[in-house]
Amino acid sequence: MPSMQNDAAYLRLLDITKRFGAFTALDKLSFGADRGEFISILGPSGCGKTTLLRLIAGLETQSEGRVEIQGRDVSKLPVSARNVGIVFQSYALFPNLNARDNIAYGLVGRGLDKNRIRQRVDELLDLVGLRGMGRQFPAQLSGGQQQRVALARAMALSPDLLLLDEPLSALDAKVRVMLRGEIRQLQQRLGVTTIMVTHDQEEALTMADRILVINQGRLVQNGTPREIYDRPATPFVAAFIGAMNFIENAVKVENGCYRIGSHHLSISGENGSRNLASGAVATLAIRPEDVMIRVDELEMPNILASRVEQMEYRGANFRLRLNIGPNQRPLEAEVPAEKVRRLNISPSMPLAIQLPHDRLRVYASAKHRCNDGSLCENTL
Amino acid sequence: MPIVASTDAVLPPLPLWRALDHETWLRRLLILLLCLWMLVVMVLPIFELLSMSFQDASGRFVGLANFILYFSTPALSNSLTNSLFVAAATTATSVGLGFGFAYALTRTCLPAKGIFKGLAMMPLFAPTLLNGIALVYLFGRKGLITKGFFGAIPGIDIHLYGTVGIIIAEVLYTFPQAMLILSIALSLTDARLYEAAASLGAGRMRIFFTVTLPNIKYGLLSAVFVCFILSFTDFGAPKVVGGNTHILATDIYKQVIGQQNFVMGAVVSVVLLIPTAAAFLVDRIVQRRQTATIAARSVPLVPVPSRLRDGIFFGYCSLIAVAIVGFYLVALYASLVKVWPYDLTLGGWHYHFTGTGGGGYRAFFNSLRMSAWSAVCGTALTFASAYLIEKSTGMRLLRQAAYLLSMLPLALPGLVIGLAYIFFFNAPGWSVGGVSVPNPFNWVYGTMVILVMSNIVHFYTVGFLTATTALKQLDREFESVSAAMGVPFYRTFARVTVPICLPAILEIGMYYFVNAMATVSAVIFLYSADIPLASVAVANMDDAGDIAPACAMSMLIVAANLAVRIFYSLVTRGLRQRSQAWTAAA
Repeated sequence: MPSMQNDAAYLRLLDITKRFGAFTALDKLSFGADRGEFISILGPSGCGKTTLLRLIAGLETQSEGRVEIQGRDVSKLPVSARNVGIVFQSYALFPNLNARDNIAYGLVGRGLDKNRIRQRVDELLDLVGLRGMGRQFPAQLSGGQQQRVALARAMALSPDLLLLDEPLSALDAKVRVMLRGEIRQLQQRLGVTTIMVTHDQEEALTMADRILVINQGRLVQNGTPREIYDRPATPFVAAFIGAMNFIENAVKVENGCYRIGSHHLSISGENGSRNLASGAVATLAIRPEDVMIRVDELEMPNILASRVEQMEYRGANFRLRLNIGPNQRPLEAEVPAEKVRRLNISPSMPLAIQLPHDRLRVYASAKHRCNDGSLCENTL
Repeated sequence: MPIVASTDAVLPPLPLWRALDHETWLRRLLILLLCLWMLVVMVLPIFELLSMSFQDASGRFVGLANFILYFSTPALSNSLTNSLFVAAATTATSVGLGFGFAYALTRTCLPAKGIFKGLAMMPLFAPTLLNGIALVYLFGRKGLITKGFFGAIPGIDIHLYGTVGIIIAEVLYTFPQAMLILSIALSLTDARLYEAAASLGAGRMRIFFTVTLPNIKYGLLSAVFVCFILSFTDFGAPKVVGGNTHILATDIYKQVIGQQNFVMGAVVSVVLLIPTAAAFLVDRIVQRRQTATIAARSVPLVPVPSRLRDGIFFGYCSLIAVAIVGFYLVALYASLVKVWPYDLTLGGWHYHFTGTGGGGYRAFFNSLRMSAWSAVCGTALTFASAYLIEKSTGMRLLRQAAYLLSMLPLALPGLVIGLAYIFFFNAPGWSVGGVSVPNPFNWVYGTMVILVMSNIVHFYTVGFLTATTALKQLDREFESVSAAMGVPFYRTFARVTVPICLPAILEIGMYYFVNAMATVSAVIFLYSADIPLASVAVANMDDAGDIAPACAMSMLIVAANLAVRIFYSLVTRGLRQRSQAWTAAA
């Protein structure tokens, strides 16, 4: 292993900009990764996330900015000099070579003797749980097995950095969930710093130590999965990851207190909106599963009156659409099926709901809303 | 992390010369060389030919004077009309017949499809001169049909020599091309479209016009352009059965070889080149608009048996197959007959080539050598350049230029290439801005090298497209993967790219060999007395009236081509077995 360095600076990108002609794919993007960290780059398609990964790999060259690995400036080095392992979306396994030869591909021609290579390939096959399958050609392996061969091949040269480009998107749902756990375990066992690009929020939430949310070439939020989900920095992040209700035209009364129509709502999780002046218009946001149904204690704060407009059965849960007043968009609430049955909730029934003060978010602007004005949702 | 640590110790770091990106430079150098090569063998000779058409015999620039002379001499300009008429009639007939045949192969339950297809492809292995010669034996003055099978039945005289003969010979020549293009177009379809149309109550006719035809329109256009270009520029068949009907290709030959009028030869070449290039351009533009109409997951259309339809198509295909086989069998028979039509004793007299010109077996073996060299060098060059263009990054402009130049030979008739090569490679030197520069390529003139070179250029595009298609099917990231592992690109090329593309590579090689054996147009201007060639010998023997030995020599060419084709099938079958494991669907 290379000598110990300042861990916080294991991988560092500084003001990376990438232009393709007049199009700016990445705009002054900076972030760092600690040694052994698993970072997921999440964003909608076309946001520049794959470009970012290819830049880190050295497969593309940035227009401006710097890439450092362990304090070494690798900005101008080609991929072959960066010591990175890459798993591509398509795996790019060589179809005419069997699993062993694929894994050994980068080991051959480095002056290693045959036994050493064989031993290393055996280790790697064991590592990904494919012992005894080395003689199979890629076409004879299942999608999940091919994925593991690709992973073993990427790890063969003990890379400083493992780069995964949508590694699971070609697999079907069940295998994907299983491999998610396996890759994470493997990564933790080897302690290899890993960057994974994905558009699948569940993948990012379950696997990564930290998530970078990217939109239109800009870094929108950089945080742990919990931070991203619980305290999304912008309405875009809020709507892109999970589902979010937006309540428009809230007027700021004072710090921690907002007015919607005649209701006053207190909010404890305020941060950027502290800068808003009293009387300014803001948008409040709350996740459907955070909308609480109340049958008693109706004198508690943050209680709103509503009426059930529509009910959608989703197995374990019900998704209720609640009317909260003539000038407001309906709120969606995710309620356990058990509770719906117990309270005997039915359409057009009046319902008191509470919006917990620590689950409400405030956004200054009303941008980033879906075109039809409905609740922005990104289902899993 | 013991695993990572254990081998880290033994894994030597990359040597510096490999980490420094010298490979990029190597690639760039190769692309540059490729462009230079194309400049020398294609751009400069054609430029020389074009400028020749604007000069008088002494090399002075005369503007359009030559063209004005050309179009004001009816004896010359009539050829353009004749050529256009022949090409149009051939195209209509070939595409029509080819469509029927392709439809039978792809959309009916015709029995023995493989045999029918194989027989229909026969003309691809023959020089077009042979088509003419076979026609002479069938419909000529002493032809089998003209004389009613040696007087057995009343004969029919179709007045072969002239337009009729040329069109029949060209149809025979272009039919397989049209059939193959249309077969591919017809086989790429989605059965669900037909099911949808049928479920909406569309009748058979309506489905044909709303689903089948729109689906194959690009293939249909492609077939039209290919047939047009081939029949417009062919030289072999008109030379034999043209009679007094002059067409552009025979005019070029007469101007250059007969009258030594190189300037007029260049002018006619340009007149030949313009419609060809136009057809080529239109085809490229149209094909560019083609997007994948067939989704990757389309359901293949499996024809349902229908007694009446299958019966009709069986009759139709049998008729065409019998006609094609008949042509070549008659030619084979004629080459073995002692004195047609008086002494029908069979024997090998005409295969001795004694007392005839053309070079006999020396010419045949020269042709074999030339074709083998063309196949080996041509395939290596074609595949390597397709690889460089398709799988490199950077040098975008040069790669695009190289790609366009690779398409160009499709628009260049063989005679034009041959004549351009005379002008360019035989020139002692040029005066560039007052400085006289000796021609550094002059030494290739009159050697095997120029013959092989002309063949490589003449048949370049088809091989290039085959290679590009094969390369496009490889994962785009193979190069990135090997670069990430520090493996040089040439090793991945040798270990992965070439093995996977081997079927395509062999196909390119076979294509070069077969066409180099059969072609006469480019090489007829370039062969020297020391290196006689089989196809040229056929033309010369036919010219001298030695039609039986000419026929015999054609038969040798066909035999060599069929042998190579059979060899190719055997090798590819072996390859398929070997590669079954890695091509099997996952």
